[in-house]
Amino acid sequence: MTDSATGGSTTAATSDAASHVVEIRGVDKTFARDGRVVTTALQGIDLTIGKGEFVSLIGPSGCGKSTLLRLIGDLTEPTSGTVTVNGKPATRARLDRDYGMVFQAPVLFDWRTVEENVKLPLEILGWDAGRRQARAREMLELVELQDFLRHHPYQLSGGMQQRVSIARALAFEPSILLMDEPFGALDEMTRERMNQEVLRIWERTGITVVFVTHSIPEAVFLSSRVVVMSARPGRITDVIDIDLPRPRGFETREQRRYFELVTAVREALRHGEPRDAVGSLDRAAAEGAIG
Amino acid sequence: MAGTTASAAGLQPVAARRTRAEGASRGRRAAIWLALVVGLFALWTLVKALGGVPWRPIGAGPGSEMIWNPPFRWDFANDLNLPHWWNIAATLVAPVQRGADETLLQYLAGAAFYTWREAALGFLVGALLGLVLATIFVHNRLLERALVPYVVASQTIPIVALAPMIVFAFGPSVTSVVIIATYLTFFPVTIAMIRGLRSPDPRALELMRSYAASTREVFWKVRLPASLPYLFTALKIAATASIVGAIIGEGPGGVPDGLGRAIINFNQYYITGPEKLWGAILVSALVGIVFFMIVRLVELAVLRGRPGAAEG
Repeated sequence: MTDSATGGSTTAATSDAASHVVEIRGVDKTFARDGRVVTTALQGIDLTIGKGEFVSLIGPSGCGKSTLLRLIGDLTEPTSGTVTVNGKPATRARLDRDYGMVFQAPVLFDWRTVEENVKLPLEILGWDAGRRQARAREMLELVELQDFLRHHPYQLSGGMQQRVSIARALAFEPSILLMDEPFGALDEMTRERMNQEVLRIWERTGITVVFVTHSIPEAVFLSSRVVVMSARPGRITDVIDIDLPRPRGFETREQRRYFELVTAVREALRHGEPRDAVGSLDRAAAEGAIG
Repeated sequence: MAGTTASAAGLQPVAARRTRAEGASRGRRAAIWLALVVGLFALWTLVKALGGVPWRPIGAGPGSEMIWNPPFRWDFANDLNLPHWWNIAATLVAPVQRGADETLLQYLAGAAFYTWREAALGFLVGALLGLVLATIFVHNRLLERALVPYVVASQTIPIVALAPMIVFAFGPSVTSVVIIATYLTFFPVTIAMIRGLRSPDPRALELMRSYAASTREVFWKVRLPASLPYLFTALKIAATASIVGAIIGEGPGGVPDGLGRAIINFNQYYITGPEKLWGAILVSALVGIVFFMIVRLVELAVLRGRPGAAEG
């Protein structure tokens, strides 16, 4: 299997301006207290994400990668600049239910069974009961949890809970899936299995994914592009195309190209670091809010 | 569907083990409870045996034969301050008055049921009021800041001072008693529900925001279900508080049929027959306990399937 033969086929869409799903232009985000700017979370962000892309945002704590994700999902608003999703303002896109959200914690509701948790967004969208049930089962089959419909979330393992959360996010067919360190709390083995699972779902559904992570191997393995960010102020320092062939699997992680790309992302991350790296990490921890 | 049966079978033992463990702990809890009750009566008897006045047969006068002469004389253990529990039991099954058909227990049971109905009505109104207030406060910070101090202040006024004023305003009637029970009930529910309705994970609210859910949907689908454990904790406090409120209210309220009047009456005859007041107090406590357990049973039914529902 040669890299060049299949590589790039999925990233071809990025050059097609008409199929942009996310367009971020000149976005700044500052947090103010008592009218005084205390943190510049993001500065001069420009980013375009094409239909069907899998884009990872990676960077040190405090680089604003989660803030950037939340800006795309209209969970917070930019101080200046514009965020356009599917050709409309982010708020409109949210009201049109264009977003599926997956957080680091599964955020499942203990009083609902697994199936009822997946049905929740469908209830809000006003689907009738029959359609809700059919879709919930279909989604749980997609994440291979069809045998756990009547379980309650606390009866499942962390990885299984996160799969329910993914099923719920995909249930109403959003056009873009926003994932904020979804596997950060899982052990390495489970994380790799979940990575495989997410790729399988992505390939089957063709959904656009924006994925925030701390993990370089995870970002390289999953993505069609990796956006490298640096802290203080949060900026995009590099965008690395991941031209690994698809479908990716266990053996992908053993390819030379994979290691080259992991190294490239690591170098880009180090390049973006300020000189007083230790001090900035301390500050990043102190200002955990912008993580 | 082979996978279904396999994994279902794999999970069965977990469920079975849980039920067995719950059954064992329930049995142990019942045993501990029983041991405590027996221990309490044993201690009572021991104190009477060590420091009471000479024991005489049930219903016999001071001049009759002595069964046991305690070695000490402790004031708190004399027959006025701490009657023999078997004398209280005997008084409960004796006629309430000379020549009456009704035993004291029957009379107290009737009074207890009457008081419980007043308390339950106050409890319901108070719980509803607390729920409405908390819902308003959670959705409006300004109103919360303006009004919660008054809600708190309302509870610093002694109910014995307030009860006559309520009776004066609403007349000596059951209505006044219900209002007093409501007054004691709404507070714990308000405070607990402000907390409970705010208890969902901020990300749960962001999730709802990403679904473009309305405030109403967020309330019914996230805030209210998340608050139910808090609600039931408050309702259990409110259940006992409402009984106390009703009993206190019956005095100035001039309601003759409840436990409040019975307690006032027996209080006046304490010197000649302390057992009657003790009986009334025991029955009052029992009403509170039963009401508490009713709320607990509803809680178990409503919170079934949630983690930790069996505790508390």
